[in-house]
Amino acid sequence: MLSTFLATLPSTLEQGLLYAVLALGIMITYTILDFPDLTVDGSFPLGGAVSTTLLLRGWDPLAALLAATACGALAGLCTGLIHVKLRVRALFSGIIMMTALYSINLRITGGNALLSIPRTASTLFRNNAAADLLPPWLRVPIIAGLLVLALKVLLDLFLSTRAGYLLRAAGDNETVVTALGRDKGNVKIAGLTMANALVALSGAVVCQEQRLFEVSMGTGTMVLALASVIIGVNLFRRVERVRPTTAVIAGSILYKVCVAFAIACGLSPMDMKLVTAALFLGILASGSLKRKEKAHA
Amino acid sequence: MLELRQIDKVYNPGTVREIGLFSDFSLTVPKGQFVSVVGSNGSGKTTLLNILCGSLPPDSGQVLLDGQDITRQKEHLRARRFARIYQNPALGTCAKMSIRENMALADNKRRRMNLRPGTDRSRLPLWRQMLAELGLGLENMMEARAGSLSGGQRQALALTMSRLTPVDFLILDEHTAALDPKAADIIMHLTDRMVRESGLTAIMVTHNLRFALDYGDRLLMMHQGHAVLDVRDEGKRRLEMEDLLRLFNEISVECGN
Repeated sequence: MLSTFLATLPSTLEQGLLYAVLALGIMITYTILDFPDLTVDGSFPLGGAVSTTLLLRGWDPLAALLAATACGALAGLCTGLIHVKLRVRALFSGIIMMTALYSINLRITGGNALLSIPRTASTLFRNNAAADLLPPWLRVPIIAGLLVLALKVLLDLFLSTRAGYLLRAAGDNETVVTALGRDKGNVKIAGLTMANALVALSGAVVCQEQRLFEVSMGTGTMVLALASVIIGVNLFRRVERVRPTTAVIAGSILYKVCVAFAIACGLSPMDMKLVTAALFLGILASGSLKRKEKAHA
Repeated sequence: MLELRQIDKVYNPGTVREIGLFSDFSLTVPKGQFVSVVGSNGSGKTTLLNILCGSLPPDSGQVLLDGQDITRQKEHLRARRFARIYQNPALGTCAKMSIRENMALADNKRRRMNLRPGTDRSRLPLWRQMLAELGLGLENMMEARAGSLSGGQRQALALTMSRLTPVDFLILDEHTAALDPKAADIIMHLTDRMVRESGLTAIMVTHNLRFALDYGDRLLMMHQGHAVLDVRDEGKRRLEMEDLLRLFNEISVECGN
């Protein structure tokens, strides 16, 4: 049991890195904006659909990633507009977009529920000048690691700008945003746009790595990413110097380790979503139980 | 100058719970005046502020700012000239952000919210000095989260933040009501100094009759959507606590509370 777990550990860690981009996106909506955004179940595969389709048409992998990111931004923008301008509840705005995106994703792939990228195609991780310099077993960890690091640094920088302060204020206390003479709705829309751009980017990167797009790959994205974010944030709660972005990346890796451990213990990959749900429930329950204890103390 | 002209406001129109609050209510506040507003519960004090700030639209009537009709102007656009301090100290600051970041947010109100650094380090000495004037030691804990402060400290921070913003009007919505007596005194004193120093036009709703008497140059007592007392300057200075209490009891008894 332990040996299977250890044998798969490198690929588990890689998965953690690949999904860290997704967790950074969810961090914006969940931790910063306090917005339960279900769009991600549609925007994650949207990124995969766009990038995979474009790769198969011979696009450059980086250009395909950028296009996927832009499409994700557009999806987030729509959710924001639905919520703010049409005054639809946060949860429903996300569900509407998630449902619409399922069909849109199929349209993008030309009706294919499954797309695979041939071994000969150039992706972010193989058959390109940078990847060819690296030994095969180091390609994914190094390239994904650099991507996550770059995004983390950019996000940290953004959160320390005037616009970043305003975004944080919008999730913290809307009244303050209004008092600053700014439209809180527009700030929310901007946050949702950014978040879903990151989520779609993550979906695109995951698809390029596994060389496979599958239309239902988005199911459970939100829960999986939330679990990562909450693990990370809770783990580093008492540590002063750790930035939330770092915590979330660690959370993403740790989450994948937990799931791999469960599977190594004898659970079938079929039970993956069940494990995810149980893990998520465990985290939430332990959090609220702890709060209760505190309240009684 | 701030003007309310012939304001009508009815809550729950067309239902059994219909409550007519304002009918044909008008009020003019000249530039630089500090108005205290007292009144029984449900007399329309907070509704008055909400209509002024744009959180609530009047059914009819106009809100004018220096002669310009702002009745339909959105709340956040109005906020460019208004600062509002709430009864709940948590509403004026961002709990998860540090004192420094809260001050920076307020200082950025006049600026574009772009990708420049959120905290302008060259302003730190000014922020420290303004916080030091409060005498609460906030200047030595710039990195503490606003959420970790006491109610009085948070209200003082909120007040200092509004001092940083380029506003002409200060709206105080029972802003000392949630504080202990000592903190309330400190905040009230700070408020008065801020209004005087910056030449602000201020409207303060309060349940504290003593504050209403001691501060401001005009006193309004509201009852069922009307000003039953409106004294200013000399008239207000001659007003005694006993008179005010008697009048207040009369309207309260009428309401049954």
